[in-house]
Amino acid sequence: MPEIQQLGVRAVAISVDSPEQSRDLCKKAGFTFEFLSDPNTTAIRAYDLLHVGAGAEGHDVARPGEFLVDSNGIVRWANLTEDFRVRARAEQFIAQAKQLK
Amino acid sequence: MGQRRRNWHLWAGFLLCLLGVVSYFFLFYRWPVTRDVPWVNFLILAAGLGFLISGLRRAFGQSQDFKGKIAGPILGILSLAAVGFFCFLIFYATKQLPKSAGAPKVGQKAPEFVLKDENNKEVSLASLLAAPLPNSSTPPKGLFLIFYRGYW
Repeated sequence: MPEIQQLGVRAVAISVDSPEQSRDLCKKAGFTFEFLSDPNTTAIRAYDLLHVGAGAEGHDVARPGEFLVDSNGIVRWANLTEDFRVRARAEQFIAQAKQLK
Repeated sequence: MGQRRRNWHLWAGFLLCLLGVVSYFFLFYRWPVTRDVPWVNFLILAAGLGFLISGLRRAFGQSQDFKGKIAGPILGILSLAAVGFFCFLIFYATKQLPKSAGAPKVGQKAPEFVLKDENNKEVSLASLLAAPLPNSSTPPKGLFLIFYRGYW
């Protein structure tokens, strides 16, 4: 999402994947945003997004969720899908980033 | 008794029902417009069921002209199973997500965290908000946090 960066907003993706897996994914897909690894689900639980046993082999994973946090650390937008096939679209991210002062 | 014709409507219906399910995963899942509401797949499945009904009517209503009294019910049940599986996934299975009632809401402080990035370096929410973006000298205006399932 290079447009997001041009709007002065950082994009960070968080999952239980290891840093190595995330790096491979970045390379493969040519992502421009940063990946953080949360194997112990500490951040995932802090945001109440834990999906118990939903990963392969019954691993706990994050349910999809997107947040926009402003420079003061306040949540400005939150998107919690009720269907994991339906995710926030790139246009939504761009529209939200544009609204941020 | 004359030669009975092949009942191709039954087979076309069955194949369309299979295609209508399989194409979602291999093709139409890729684009949000055909993924969020799988309308292309529903159209294919509707066409498949239409052909099946037509084939069954031929097999049982015009059985002097058409084959399919045995194949028809078998293909019909397999097709219904495929359509049922697809509907179960779309209308039920992928909606089984935790409520996440405790997730931070608009106007609330985003919870702090410390995690490792792809270079094994520890970063926190505060450091992500303070560090300038690449090709920039000022901190970002904000931060998108995108939680995803990952490939575990």
